[in-house]
Amino acid sequence: MLLEIDDVSLLYGRIQALHGISLTVEEGEIVALIGANGAGKSTTMRAISGIRPVASGRIRFAGEDITKLRADLRVRRGLCQAPEGRGIFPGMTVLENLDMGAYTRRDRAGIAQDLDRVLNLFPRLAERRKQQGGTLSGGEQQMLAVGRALMSRPKLLLLDEPSMGLAPMLIQQIFTIITEINEQGTTILLVEQNAQQALARAHRAYVLETGRIVKSGTGQELLHDPSVKDAYLGVA
Amino acid sequence: MTTTVNSPNPEQREALGARLRHGREAVAQRWHHAPRWVRWVLLAAVIVFFYALPNKEFYQYLGPIPTPGANFTQVLFTVSIYVLMAVGLNIVVGFAGLLDLGYFGFFAVGAYTVAVLTSPSSDIKTLWPWLLVVPIAIALTMVSGVMLGTPTLRLRGDYLALVTLGFAEMIRIAAVSSPFLKGQRGFNQIPHPPGQYSDGKPIFGVLDARPYYWLVLTLIIVVVIGVRNLTHSRVGRAWISIREDEDAAQLMGVPTFKFKLWAFAAGAAIAGLAGALFAGKQNFVNSQNFELLNSIIILAAVIFGGSGNIIGAIVGGGLVAYMIERFRGIELFGVELYEYRFLFFGLVLVVMMIFRPQGLIPNRRRAAEFKDRRKEVTVGE
Repeated sequence: MLLEIDDVSLLYGRIQALHGISLTVEEGEIVALIGANGAGKSTTMRAISGIRPVASGRIRFAGEDITKLRADLRVRRGLCQAPEGRGIFPGMTVLENLDMGAYTRRDRAGIAQDLDRVLNLFPRLAERRKQQGGTLSGGEQQMLAVGRALMSRPKLLLLDEPSMGLAPMLIQQIFTIITEINEQGTTILLVEQNAQQALARAHRAYVLETGRIVKSGTGQELLHDPSVKDAYLGVA
Repeated sequence: MTTTVNSPNPEQREALGARLRHGREAVAQRWHHAPRWVRWVLLAAVIVFFYALPNKEFYQYLGPIPTPGANFTQVLFTVSIYVLMAVGLNIVVGFAGLLDLGYFGFFAVGAYTVAVLTSPSSDIKTLWPWLLVVPIAIALTMVSGVMLGTPTLRLRGDYLALVTLGFAEMIRIAAVSSPFLKGQRGFNQIPHPPGQYSDGKPIFGVLDARPYYWLVLTLIIVVVIGVRNLTHSRVGRAWISIREDEDAAQLMGVPTFKFKLWAFAAGAAIAGLAGALFAGKQNFVNSQNFELLNSIIILAAVIFGGSGNIIGAIVGGGLVAYMIERFRGIELFGVELYEYRFLFFGLVLVVMMIFRPQGLIPNRRRAAEFKDRRKEVTVGE
């Protein structure tokens, strides 16, 4: 078990955002977390990456209890999140952004190798390597966020809404790349509103509703589940 | 500029057009494309100019630049202290993006440390020499910075501004009302820096402000070199990432709290140094030296010059401090302009914030961040 979340609750002030969430991610999987706006998907991500402290419950990563571990130390353990939307550094160039992804690493050779890999995965970024992050289009920024997270060479890559605000063709493209990253050996936990694509690509998935997990199964199972179809897939 | 003629690429041509539209950017471009030796010669010329500036034999030829209503060398000393502090505050505000409204409080800690440990009017009467106390003053301001930062830097945004504001006010009130800090009566006979000319006269005396100015100028150069090296290191990258997006920085494995605390402490140490220099020159420190307004002026100077850019901070600090003094002794329709100096200052700031919020000499990144934030506002509504 790479990641194990056990009965995690989280509060924003007096509002309870997560009500005892439990989920697991096995090594090599793509796991998707789907749900409507405000269901607690991003909050779950924040709890895992350590940006928000949890109120109760445990988070274990690679056999170690990281519930109370600082966010930056979780990155050193191999847990890296690509934040949703505009989570890139706008004033830094594409290369500088990618370089920040490798902040915790000192192995120059390995970093150079990963840089090549990321630029191969995202040729667009290679074209714009000297351009400032803030001047990129939404899709390019999204790619940059994913690429930057990869630069930390994570064991588990957390992707928060990688398709948000993208044109349909780009969505297709980014999911293809996600699958490719997974096939190259990175475990992925993915939060998505675009349930169709996420379920089609994921090995397993969880459905989140108002801070609770209401359903789980393989991607295919959920894809054909009538209640999921009704609520999230927008088909009659 | 031969590339302008034969650039076939429309994209390139457009980029060039944008470049020429902004005069300052054109200057910056030329600076960056100039050969290394040209840059060094220009830099050396600027430095020589500022070393020569306090000599009457030199500044009498500079037309309207010397201040009519005040001793020009004294003004230059004041300006240099402001510049040093602007460089320090720029680390905090410009690089790490932390809003510090009470920066002058650290200046006061530095000045009072020197006063208490050296002056015969101090209760503890240690009477230590100035030079020995300077490192103590710097260390103490750093400690006060860490003490202030540890509880507050965990919080985001406005809290830090409020707490630092409170801190500066606390220091001021302590200075006014604590018997140990002597209030208005203050500390006198604070020793000057050591050193004497070959004829036995002290270098750092009472009348001639030039040696103090040269000392501060030299220290500014040393500090700037140090800060520059820092910003080009991992530390600098961490600061910039925190300023640009603190969450993202953390997600990339930057220990944000630690680096914010470092920026805060480094900035405080520089203000402490400035305070110690001030006390060593003034010979006298009392509670009137530390009005809240000073904190605001320094902050405004950094933003005015272009926060995040060392040159911007230097220009901002220098210009603001100088302009305020420049108004002295000028009468217009029977009104002494100096009385209205802060009116003009405020006016200039308002105009600046409308037309050039990134400052006179902005940082390349900073400009992009401003754009990005504006976009975010419109996108997120």
